[in-house]
Amino acid sequence: MIARWLLILALLLPLPALAQTVVEPKLVPDVSQRNINIQSRFTGAELLLFGAIIYPRGVAPEGQVDVAVVLRGPTRPIILREKQKVAGIWVNAESIDFRSAPAYYAIASSRPIDKIVDARTAAIYELGLKRLQLSPTGEIQTSEVRRFTNGLVDLNRRDGLFAEAAGAVDITDQVLYRARLTIPSSVPEGRYVAETLLIRNGRVIVADDSVVVEISKTGFERFITIMAQEYGLLYGAFAVLISLFLGWFAGYVFRRL
Amino acid sequence: MDIYLPIAGLSVNIFVIILLGGAVGMLSGMFGVGGGFLTTPLLIFYGIPPMVAAASASTQVTGASVSGVFAHMRRGGVDFHMGAVLVAGGLLGTIFGAVLFEVLEAWGQIDTVINILYTVLLGSIGGMMAKEAWQSVSATRSGKPLPARKRRHHPLVANLPGRWRFYRSGLYISPLAPLILGFLTGILTMLLGVGGGFIMVPAMLYILGMSANVVVGTSLFQILFVTMSSTMVHSLTTRAVDIVLAVFLLIGSVTGAQIGARLAQRMRPDYLRLLLAAIVLIVALRMALGLGWQPDEIYTVQFL
Repeated sequence: MIARWLLILALLLPLPALAQTVVEPKLVPDVSQRNINIQSRFTGAELLLFGAIIYPRGVAPEGQVDVAVVLRGPTRPIILREKQKVAGIWVNAESIDFRSAPAYYAIASSRPIDKIVDARTAAIYELGLKRLQLSPTGEIQTSEVRRFTNGLVDLNRRDGLFAEAAGAVDITDQVLYRARLTIPSSVPEGRYVAETLLIRNGRVIVADDSVVVEISKTGFERFITIMAQEYGLLYGAFAVLISLFLGWFAGYVFRRL
Repeated sequence: MDIYLPIAGLSVNIFVIILLGGAVGMLSGMFGVGGGFLTTPLLIFYGIPPMVAAASASTQVTGASVSGVFAHMRRGGVDFHMGAVLVAGGLLGTIFGAVLFEVLEAWGQIDTVINILYTVLLGSIGGMMAKEAWQSVSATRSGKPLPARKRRHHPLVANLPGRWRFYRSGLYISPLAPLILGFLTGILTMLLGVGGGFIMVPAMLYILGMSANVVVGTSLFQILFVTMSSTMVHSLTTRAVDIVLAVFLLIGSVTGAQIGARLAQRMRPDYLRLLLAAIVLIVALRMALGLGWQPDEIYTVQFL
């Protein structure tokens, strides 16, 4: 019994001791805007993700540190359809169900991801567009999943909803970092989580996902959306009335001219 | 200047939308068509989600047709009796169209069906219009008048059971014929965001055999009510009517329609019809190419 306790003690002891010798640095991340309001003049936004790396005893270690920032939008289930040429015309032929496709995903890093972490770490932290975990459902071959994932990435990349920018994180004196990410106007509302990773020697030392950006419609845009979603009858009637009025009014004005 | 469309969920250049509405409105003023067959494809081309484009275009057609209906009413160009039957068919058509929309969307073939419908409908009607306008243009040029077309309804219509008198149309036919015609255009309004005037007018002339002076007015009357119904059905089912988009389209199109109507008075009607036929055929060709050529986007996302 005593022997066992001693063993446990022996196992536990080195840990705090070790932690004291190699205290991990801390990240203090922040973002230029915690709330993005979608209003009538909204054409997208530019976010500055920045922060400081606080080293124990204030001394930056030898060697290079790398920082990667990831901004993820809300995930949602989607069906991705693929067009193929059938009997001379392009029609949706195959499809795949993804249970968790992010509405937005942007990653910026100080150097290319492949150069700063190994493939396994990159996969665990979902670093990079080719490593997104979209949770396909049903029995689908890996090659199919790959093809569809590439298709989605390509589509969203061109719409600005997915982005990967190596070298877009600037690190000053190994202490301050900043990255700029663009958000297109077509992003959905929701909670966008920014994760900052401090990487050294191919290892993620600190990962911090405490920064949250809320994107939401406000004012008139919010009112219209709620009306359209919740009060369809009233909304439809209003749309009809306004188009009747505008049509009649134009006729009236032009007859006077 | 950019403006955010709350339902489409993206920002667009407001002037592009107004100009687009204005151009379509000008055509509708010149030719007496709603112009939905141009609005929907152009909006989709500009990047508006197809469902929002179709729903908002039908709202816009309501506004574009209202002043036309009043104008035709003032000069007695609307057969209300016939119009009521067409509207009844149209309302049923929009409801059926909504069901069809959902089925096709779940099946994933809605955009293909829309493309095929556009290609086939616009292609055949544009072809017919072009042929007829060409004949009439060459007839005026050679100085030989065309033989007057006998106004008669199609033999199929004569076989339908039950007959009603439609005085202003000068018809004694089964109400089932306009009911079915209204129903079919109602489906098209729901699926394509078109008023359906470009199908309605030839069908009224050559299938129902209505007298020409009430055709356009009655067609506009039907379009007015069916697009209103389509807006309501979209608001209740797909929730894809973007009122901001519709208003800016309307500002352009109601103005354009008035300018177009004035322009039309200075042009020879034959050439006008030839021009419309050319525009319709170009849209049909563009749609056909979209089906046959490899599209820019192989993949499409549907949210669950």
